[in-house]
Amino acid sequence: MNVEELQQIAAQAQEERDKFDYEVNVCMGTSCLSQHSDRIRDAIAKEAESCGKKCHVRRTGCMGPCAAGPMVLVEPAGTQYGHVREGDAKDIVSALGGDPVARLDPRLGSYFEGQHFVVLENVGHIDPEKVDEYVARGGYEALLKVLTEMTPAQVIEQISKSGLRGRGGGGYPTGLKWDTVAKVKGAQKYVICNGDEGDPGAFMDRSVLESDPQRVIEGMAIAAYAIGATKGYVYVRAEYPLAVQRLTVALREARRRGFLGNAICETTFSFDIDIRLGAGAFVCGEETALIASIEGKRGTPRPRPPYPAVSGLWGDPTLINNVETFANVPPIIRHGGEWFSSMGTARSKGTKVFALTGKIQRTGLVEVPMGMTLRQIIFGIGGGVPDGRKFKAVQTGGPSGGCLPEEHLDLSISYDALISAGSMMGSGGMIVMDDTSCMVSVARFFMEFCMTESCGKCVPCRAGTVQMYNLLTKICKGEATRRDLDQLTELCEVVGATSLCGLGQTAPNPVLSTLRYFRHEYLAHIDEKRCPAGVCECSPAVEVHA
Amino acid sequence: MSAESNVRTLTIDGEEISARADQTILEAAREHKLAIPTLCHLDGLSEVGACRMCLVEVKGARRLLPACVTRVEEGMEVTTHNPKIDRYRTMILELFFAERNHICSICVANGNCELQSLALTLGMTHVEIPYQYPQLPVDASHPRFTVDHNRCVLCTRCVRVCSEIEGANTWGVMGRGAQSLVITDLKEPWGESETCTSCGKCVQVCPTGALFEKDRAGSKVRKQPDFLPYLRIMREGEQ
Ligand SMILES: Cc1cc2nc3c(=O)[nH]c(=O)nc-3n(C[C@H](O)[C@H](O)[C@H](O)COP(=O)(O)O)c2cc1C
Ligand code: SF4
Ligand code: SF4
Ligand code: FES
Repeated sequence: MNVEELQQIAAQAQEERDKFDYEVNVCMGTSCLSQHSDRIRDAIAKEAESCGKKCHVRRTGCMGPCAAGPMVLVEPAGTQYGHVREGDAKDIVSALGGDPVARLDPRLGSYFEGQHFVVLENVGHIDPEKVDEYVARGGYEALLKVLTEMTPAQVIEQISKSGLRGRGGGGYPTGLKWDTVAKVKGAQKYVICNGDEGDPGAFMDRSVLESDPQRVIEGMAIAAYAIGATKGYVYVRAEYPLAVQRLTVALREARRRGFLGNAICETTFSFDIDIRLGAGAFVCGEETALIASIEGKRGTPRPRPPYPAVSGLWGDPTLINNVETFANVPPIIRHGGEWFSSMGTARSKGTKVFALTGKIQRTGLVEVPMGMTLRQIIFGIGGGVPDGRKFKAVQTGGPSGGCLPEEHLDLSISYDALISAGSMMGSGGMIVMDDTSCMVSVARFFMEFCMTESCGKCVPCRAGTVQMYNLLTKICKGEATRRDLDQLTELCEVVGATSLCGLGQTAPNPVLSTLRYFRHEYLAHIDEKRCPAGVCECSPAVEVHA
Repeated sequence: MSAESNVRTLTIDGEEISARADQTILEAAREHKLAIPTLCHLDGLSEVGACRMCLVEVKGARRLLPACVTRVEEGMEVTTHNPKIDRYRTMILELFFAERNHICSICVANGNCELQSLALTLGMTHVEIPYQYPQLPVDASHPRFTVDHNRCVLCTRCVRVCSEIEGANTWGVMGRGAQSLVITDLKEPWGESETCTSCGKCVQVCPTGALFEKDRAGSKVRKQPDFLPYLRIMREGEQ
């Protein structure tokens, strides 16, 4: 493979495209597929064939606005249809070249306003199982550029310059991590892509793997070149069968085109990737537990240092990054680190993909520049809280994060701003709650999650989460005293300060943030035996209306 | 590497000491008779850093660090005791006591239990955290030994000694979180284990009354875990 050949593949793909007057892209992400979008695609294809219009019907990954699915995107007009059924095929095809089918308007309002696609740039436009379609949109340009024009140090320099920080939750500077692994001496090094994604409500990484798996593979290959690795693993949870299947096909396709394997793009660089399936333990997303799991051991974290960068998989230097982190790499190399760092805030660059769920008009996957306010995301893109109810809180960061109230809606999203407000960026789950949510119950829900997902290795987390969960239950039932609240607060402090890994260290966060912003709700349960939201049993269902 | 570059100077509780570069804070402290409480650590076994009793403050570190796995560094300033650390340790101990059925007065290890002596050392007079009273099994199927899960603190010393020293790999951990349980083989009764050599090392290293010898239980019986470092040295000498 060289530049000419790459251009040739792209040209061929374009030629294929030019044979058609129209493209009908049918979303076949997990959500739309669950509503039989595969049958919709077949119906549209059949219809197009019978009426003789030159129309290419394509399967694509998640287009974002899942709540309006099954989604269809018609090009070149750029028309979007929502809630499409098999029976709509005829109308969709006959509307090609004319006025769009009005009744299928997905009514997305300002859903795409302010969104900016870097990670999701190909979404809705490529078939995730066809490597050539990825190439036609600039795919593997970056890998080729890296292998033929750049030294590993120059690659790392661009990544550092971009200001990219890890999207797996911690926000560790990616360039710095690559530099560390590159500098550690070792004959064998590994690259691992963390696709374990276990936070309740999160589906960003799944979507990326399902929609544009080549982007992750390219990002990993670039990383491998930069740090001197020859072997990579993608760790995906087995509950993501579609992502696993698409990734399997993508790896095969990438090998066929020579983007993986020996002597990639006619250079001396060799690299290949295997898939490892996770059994769905949340803690296996923690890097040392993940590595133990790949090694075939019980997936429990171990104390760091040594960090995986120094002693990772089978004791060798290992680079481990999140799916979305790798997905950002090809565009950074293509456009340069400065381009990336021109987006975002002072210390959080680029964009972030969020999975918007909960009490919100338009559920879905969004990608926004860092620095956008929570209000813009929730009320602009998401359309606010449905059913005329009142916004109460937004939960970010999953079980490690926190709940932010209305007065923080104008907070600009960045790693540091979220932490100082008592929450976390996390991997990008964003759950909106309205006034029917009891914040003590919410804290209890996340504590239950941490309790059942605790690996059991260290005692503060193993036993502490049980105690905190019991205390929260007691409060919910209206059986707790102020002393219980003090004990809960103290447990939060001790478990956070003494647990071995991030799971236990951050498990108190949902409690601490709700205590900070919604203390009155705790006190109502304790002093008045009353649940202000009318959720808990202690209350004789007192409804508070806005 | 020269002898000098192998030496690190640090302070522990204000006392200036020197240590070998490959030593942990715990090893360095103990060599200088500075006490740091431990439970999962045992001389001669690998470290897991699980019990969190040995957490110490290191100046400049964002978090408390487990002394048993943290290597000494030049210029390190370590604090092993202060009111906050002591409070954390006491609470961790309470969590241990409350999670299973640690009722010393009716335990075979009463007077000879590391959990109990930690409580004495740290001045833990009572447990404020509610006891969980789980219903846990006792396996007495082995002709000589018994495992009583009600007293287990999941330190995994038995697992480590069995795999690292005896090489039998009989013990393992099953389940997650509070449901974790040490098991023999694939949860077969201990007495039916095909891998157990009945060497009894696990019993000797168990810090509590979870593992005990049937005919030698009682407060007069002291466990003898001190054979491990000796064994290690002898074996390394052979190689
Ligand atoms: C309990 C726990 C669960 C985690 N789960 C994930 C996960 O699902 N995906 C992920 O990318 N990182 C997860 N992480 C963070 C990883 O340990 C690691 O920091 C990350 O994969 C590094 O990649 P990044 O620098 O690109 O963010 C988890 C951490 C903890 C403590
Ligand atoms: S903090 Fe929890 S999940 Fe992490 S090692 Fe300890 S018990 Fe396991
Ligand atoms: S049985 Fe004893 S040695 Fe084994 S984990 Fe339990 S307390 Fe530790
Ligand atoms: S002795 Fe260090 S964590 Fe247990």
